Amino acid sequence: MRVSRFLPLLAFSMLAALLYKGLSIDPTELPAARLGQPFPEFIKIDLKSGREITTDAMMRRPALVNVWATWCYSCRLEHPYLLRLAQQGVPIYGLNYKDDPDKALGWLEQLGDPYQLNIVDIEGSLGLDLGVYGAPETYVIGADGRILHRHVGVLDETVFSRDFSRWFPNKASVSGGAIDEGSG
Amino acid sequence: MKVWSYLLFIGLFLWSVDGRAVIETYEFASAELEARYHRLSQELRCPKCQNQNIADSNAPIARDLRVVLHEQLESGASDDEILAFMVARYGEFVRYRPDVDRNTIWLWTAPVLLLGLGVVALGWHLRARRSGGQSPLTPAEQARVEALLKGSRN
Repeated sequence: MRVSRFLPLLAFSMLAALLYKGLSIDPTELPAARLGQPFPEFIKIDLKSGREITTDAMMRRPALVNVWATWCYSCRLEHPYLLRLAQQGVPIYGLNYKDDPDKALGWLEQLGDPYQLNIVDIEGSLGLDLGVYGAPETYVIGADGRILHRHVGVLDETVFSRDFSRWFPNKASVSGGAIDEGSG
Repeated sequence: MKVWSYLLFIGLFLWSVDGRAVIETYEFASAELEARYHRLSQELRCPKCQNQNIADSNAPIARDLRVVLHEQLESGASDDEILAFMVARYGEFVRYRPDVDRNTIWLWTAPVLLLGLGVVALGWHLRARRSGGQSPLTPAEQARVEALLKGSRN
């Protein structure tokens, strides 16, 4: 009989714990359905050269695939960091998502070009196959062409050292300890 | 004169249209396909503006998904194939009625479990109340009650 008096308190505590945990979950962060799967097959045009490229154009070593567009404000914020990563030897492939190729070329000319190549996805079909739901998004693909990680939103130093650096150990040494990575 | 103004008043209501849904026109080969389109577009969740289905959402990604849904329906895909296509890309998240699996088992069973729990608690409460009237007294209390009763009789 004694124990039952505390049942409401127990139930309340459990509910409170559940709701408290809910507060720290970001509901806009979707689980990436494509993790562990090969990068979707595509035949698209490369932005700069105008050549036709396929999935084979971007294999053999771990790399980033960055989904961007000129209409995307956050992409502009992210751009300088992408340039730095490219300088530090991280291969980055661009996926120019639902954009106007002329504007995209102008953007690269004006702001600099961190990309090895740029897949032109005007109608967003490759983005759809990837499960993209907004720009910017950045994927890590492995040497075997599998998708290892997805980040939605602006990629910066903090995010990179936390979630990306394990696939790019060489980059960490190049960065010269601008941030302290040993704390994690 | 009055009749005419009433008719005008009612007539104006006939003009009003339901403007909530996204206005788009798709051609369907059959009414059955159209019905399936409406059902599926209401069951699929927009990945960008969450808590809206793709039928109601104005987000570009919702529009893309409606286009794909229409294409797949016209090309003869089954409901299961279409849902599998969407889930492969956006995860179980895109379905308002997700499959029962390890993650969603609580979602599906919680209503039944909570109802059961409520019934048990109610039964418990009612039983406790029924027997609660005659709670046993300790021997000391019993003696005191008898003493009081005797006292009042005298």
